[in-house]
Amino acid sequence: MIEAVGLTKSYGKTLAVDNLSFSVPTGRVTGFLGPNGAGKSTTMRMILGLDTPTGGSALIDGKRYRDLHQPLRTVGALLDAKWVHPNRSARAHLQWLARSNQLPAKRVDEVLEIVGLTAVANKRAGGFSLGMSQRLGIAAALLGDPQVLLFDEPVNGLDPEGILWIRKFMHRLAEEGRTVFVSSHLLSEMALTAQELVVIGRGKLISQSSTEDFVAQATENTVRVRGPQLAALRSALGQAGVSIRDEGESLVVSGMDCADIGELAARTQTVLHELSPQRGSLEEAFMQLTGDSVEYHTEIADGPTPATLVPAGK
Amino acid sequence: MTTLLATERIKLFTTRSPWWSAFLALGLTIGFAGLVALNHNGGPLRVEHSQFGIQFGLMVVTVMAALAITTEYRFATIRATFQAVPNRTSALLAKTTVVAVLAAVIGEVAAFGSWATVKVIDGGGPELAITTGADWRMVAGAGLVFGIAAVIAVAVGTLVRQSAGAISILLIWPLLVENLVQLIPGAGDDIHNWMPFTVAGRFLNGPGPDAPLSAWGSLFYFAAVAAVLLLAAITAVNKRDA
Repeated sequence: MIEAVGLTKSYGKTLAVDNLSFSVPTGRVTGFLGPNGAGKSTTMRMILGLDTPTGGSALIDGKRYRDLHQPLRTVGALLDAKWVHPNRSARAHLQWLARSNQLPAKRVDEVLEIVGLTAVANKRAGGFSLGMSQRLGIAAALLGDPQVLLFDEPVNGLDPEGILWIRKFMHRLAEEGRTVFVSSHLLSEMALTAQELVVIGRGKLISQSSTEDFVAQATENTVRVRGPQLAALRSALGQAGVSIRDEGESLVVSGMDCADIGELAARTQTVLHELSPQRGSLEEAFMQLTGDSVEYHTEIADGPTPATLVPAGK
Repeated sequence: MTTLLATERIKLFTTRSPWWSAFLALGLTIGFAGLVALNHNGGPLRVEHSQFGIQFGLMVVTVMAALAITTEYRFATIRATFQAVPNRTSALLAKTTVVAVLAAVIGEVAAFGSWATVKVIDGGGPELAITTGADWRMVAGAGLVFGIAAVIAVAVGTLVRQSAGAISILLIWPLLVENLVQLIPGAGDDIHNWMPFTVAGRFLNGPGPDAPLSAWGSLFYFAAVAAVLLLAAITAVNKRDA
């Protein structure tokens, strides 16, 4: 289990991570979600003892990373696939890592086999594609057969095949009962991979819950209604006290489900051409939650936002 | 510690730079010794004639030693290193040891190789025999100076963290700064007398009548400078974010 208690990191006046507390439960895949610049990588570096927290602490099974004996046996991590000397072969890179934690040399060939790099093991890592580098990074993370694994944006920049491979791999690791903590700025990706979610924005915790709860809470459920007598329907709905929003030729109703709207239409004898439940997208939910905490707003995000991105009333 | 030494040995020898550096250092020193022997006229060749090229070898080796640590920062493998070995002091000491030992070996091979080359080309009179303590210091001492210089290079590389900066400092310091301080009015000569590479040269070539330290005292001083720099590097590495 990974536990962060009041974790804080400041660079001069900038607060990158602000009093962050969360826990990553054992034996599950926990997603670490936040927009770019939210402090995910900084948090992960602090968990690994690479950066020293300004305040608070991060513990792995109750210990600071620096106090772990032969840490690769406890925690495997892939923070950046490019942390490899370009002139060193994939095998040599894994060899020195294995040696440093007194892992058997044959383990190097095992992990190369697991990630499918055996054929290029003696090629220089500098010539690897991003997908291959990512696999090499995962091989390094798996070297010590650790129970805890950390991945920072593992699918970033990968092609669909690579993304699928990583996703399957995460599931496999979880099935083996390992604790996986994986960061991403893509909620849709996390919804497919993670069972638990830790969401942060601007270095602060926004929520920690199961992915299911998070998605249910965050996505707004609405119903789209279309028909020739919208005005009549609108007044009937207005009396029922639900919120209505116009969207082109149709109404978007929230606070009443399809069945109730259908019955209401029947009672008021209104003709309907469409009555369809709309499930808010994960991206919308994510924007809604972290909208205020994106560090670098772009012109587009600051200006008038497309209606689909902003829920009614905002 | 043996584990960490083995780790750093693998890291060093699985990149090309130490091989190139070794070949270049040996080629320059021994090649230069050969040229000296071929072009020499007037008087018999002595031991010091064979060691003229040692300076070039020393420069190449300091660059190699600095690169051993600056490339770790350049490619962020320093993070992988500290992830695997969270005890940064041990990790840095292991690297320094491995690099210094390699530098010392290159220094010995370069010095004796240069001497042997001159001896083969010239035939070798009694003046070329390594007999006195000063002769031995001049030739066998090269390894010690190379090793200590490598420690300084690793320390500077760790402090500066980037190749171009570290190499500039390590080349400009002994070549320019140590000599230019002599121009400072009044105190110039005194400062020059305590410049580390100047002092290291006195260990190899003999202290001379005006030197403040004996030959072995000079080496000890050079080593002390290296130790202080290494201590500063260790402190910095533990304090900084990787």
